[in-house]
Amino acid sequence: MTPVTTITSPGVPLIRDNIDTDTIIPSREMRSTGRTGLAAGLFAPWRYTDADRRIGDATFVLNHRDAIGTRLLLGGRNFGCGSSREHAVWALREYGIECIIAASFAPIFEGNCIRNGLLPVTLPLDVVRSLAWAMVTIDLPAQEVRASGRTHRFAIDAEAKAMLAGGLDAIDLTLTQADAIAAWTAADRAARPWVYPEPASS
Amino acid sequence: MPQTLFDKIWAAHHVADTAAGAALIAIDRVFLHERTGAAALRSLAERGRRVHDPARVFAVMDHIVDTRPGRGDSTLMPGGEAFITETRAATRAAGITLFDVNDRDQGIVHVISPELGIVLPGVTLVAPDSHTCTQGAFGALAWGIGSSEAEHAMATGTLRLKRPQTMRVTFTGRLAPGVTAKDMALALIAAHDAGGGAGHAVEFAGSAVRELDMEARMTLCNMATEFSAMTALIAPDVQTFAWLAGRRYAPAAFDDPYWATLRSDEGAVFDRELAIDAATIAPMVSWGTSPEQSVAIDAAVPQGPARAHDYIGLAPGQRIAGTPIDAAFIGSCTNGRLSDLRRAAALLKGRRIAPSVRKALVVPGSAAVRRAAEAEGLDRIFTDAGFEWRLSGCSLCFYAGGEGFAPGSRTVSTTNRNFEGRQGPGIRTHIASPETVAASAIAGAIADPRALAAEAAA
Repeated sequence: MTPVTTITSPGVPLIRDNIDTDTIIPSREMRSTGRTGLAAGLFAPWRYTDADRRIGDATFVLNHRDAIGTRLLLGGRNFGCGSSREHAVWALREYGIECIIAASFAPIFEGNCIRNGLLPVTLPLDVVRSLAWAMVTIDLPAQEVRASGRTHRFAIDAEAKAMLAGGLDAIDLTLTQADAIAAWTAADRAARPWVYPEPASS
Repeated sequence: MPQTLFDKIWAAHHVADTAAGAALIAIDRVFLHERTGAAALRSLAERGRRVHDPARVFAVMDHIVDTRPGRGDSTLMPGGEAFITETRAATRAAGITLFDVNDRDQGIVHVISPELGIVLPGVTLVAPDSHTCTQGAFGALAWGIGSSEAEHAMATGTLRLKRPQTMRVTFTGRLAPGVTAKDMALALIAAHDAGGGAGHAVEFAGSAVRELDMEARMTLCNMATEFSAMTALIAPDVQTFAWLAGRRYAPAAFDDPYWATLRSDEGAVFDRELAIDAATIAPMVSWGTSPEQSVAIDAAVPQGPARAHDYIGLAPGQRIAGTPIDAAFIGSCTNGRLSDLRRAAALLKGRRIAPSVRKALVVPGSAAVRRAAEAEGLDRIFTDAGFEWRLSGCSLCFYAGGEGFAPGSRTVSTTNRNFEGRQGPGIRTHIASPETVAASAIAGAIADPRALAAEAAA
């Protein structure tokens, strides 16, 4: 995964509360079991007046001419709530979004962002609003958002930061602790045998 | 130091810390479905990784399967069949137990996992499905994850996690007649917002929770994701153990002293505490486009975001009861179990749905629920009333591009999400209990089930 360091982009405001993953990528836009081919379906219900024919809705913010090529989306409270579908994050990444700054995130969505190199930044709602259409620089190593001569520090969990900044693969990293996992499992198998069903006969 | 139930399960599964201070938590069970699980299995195979312990990974076809009788792999969702055939091939290749389309154990993942005793008190269980929190009703730590995390859990037997905070939601007192676990969940979310549980593992406690049967406990925990909680759990009790004992993957008896330790200790401290008097809860119905936009059925629509009013077509100050509906849906991982169907059928018995209700579906949560309901004759009650009686699956809880409601429909639904477009483009969804859906289908408008229940009892 590409490491996340510094991102500079206009802040495209989609500042509504409770934007759900069904809206970010509707189920009907998830047409294959792969992780690609999703960008055209991103925000389909809001982005198109006719999603089937892909006729754009000029009033939707991502269709605004100043939003073309944006890397930064601004959101309200509880961004990414609802379905766990990682397709929402895959669609955003494929579209080109590398960072979302929102007042808060739904937890599964936030975790999915971190696993896919999409930086979720939480800042107070009034600060998020102040970033609308500004040229914003998000500096992950410094944990700062800079725009219009102002600097806003943001908090991020150390593990999330390490994963994003290092572009790390979580599975590879965890498998370096395979011995600890094996030892734990062996002890647990004795302590809680009911957790370990006999392998299904095939 | 006294510990919460969450603390105990967390500590018991703590394998190691990561370099950046997260916890490596052992995962006892992974459950997949064809909609997001196929993606995880495909990606795992493409990267040449093996499933750590296939005997503890399960998969089911539930999300996009056709629910019309006589079904096979073909589904009304365009391209949907590929999800089914790819999941079947991938689970076979990985040695994972699959409950296939027409298997007698097929059903919605969160309905069949308890039915088969796959979820157990004290286990960690994850699935790439947000409603996995449903299974916390058994005192398990069960939560929804993305596909990448599902891959991680399968490849390593663990997840890298930041420890959530703990919250206890105590429902004191006793529910009034006609008020259900669904109403408790909606009342909680309406009072404390759809993001109110973020960052927390929630324990539901109190007399009103204790009095819920296992299926109602599942309904309550199911909606924790609509509260943005990591998950919810309820301490197992006599009822829990009796319900699970002897099921296929469960112990025959829960007599090991270990099981009795699975509860929050007296004096355990939670990071946050909420209390709700259950007696004050009325049947709830959503008025808007988030579960937090829910009101008592005898209340007026409050002032909310203009966008929600515009989408749903209801103005502030308007009474929610009496709003005409076009469709009704009974089913889902929230309210698709036998007790849900029984309670709806009790109100529908001997009655007909209003002619203006053009589509009315009952979709049992599992094949086992369907068989049990048929053995009691519930299917006849539903079909006599004008409902279609379907095969089990997630069905129209969400719109996948295949079967849908008529354009412009206003539905009343026992499901969990009233998001814009969730049940189809432009479809306006009101979520409520099975009782409220049944009463509304009969009235042809959103209706208080208590009046009908009184009539049925008289």
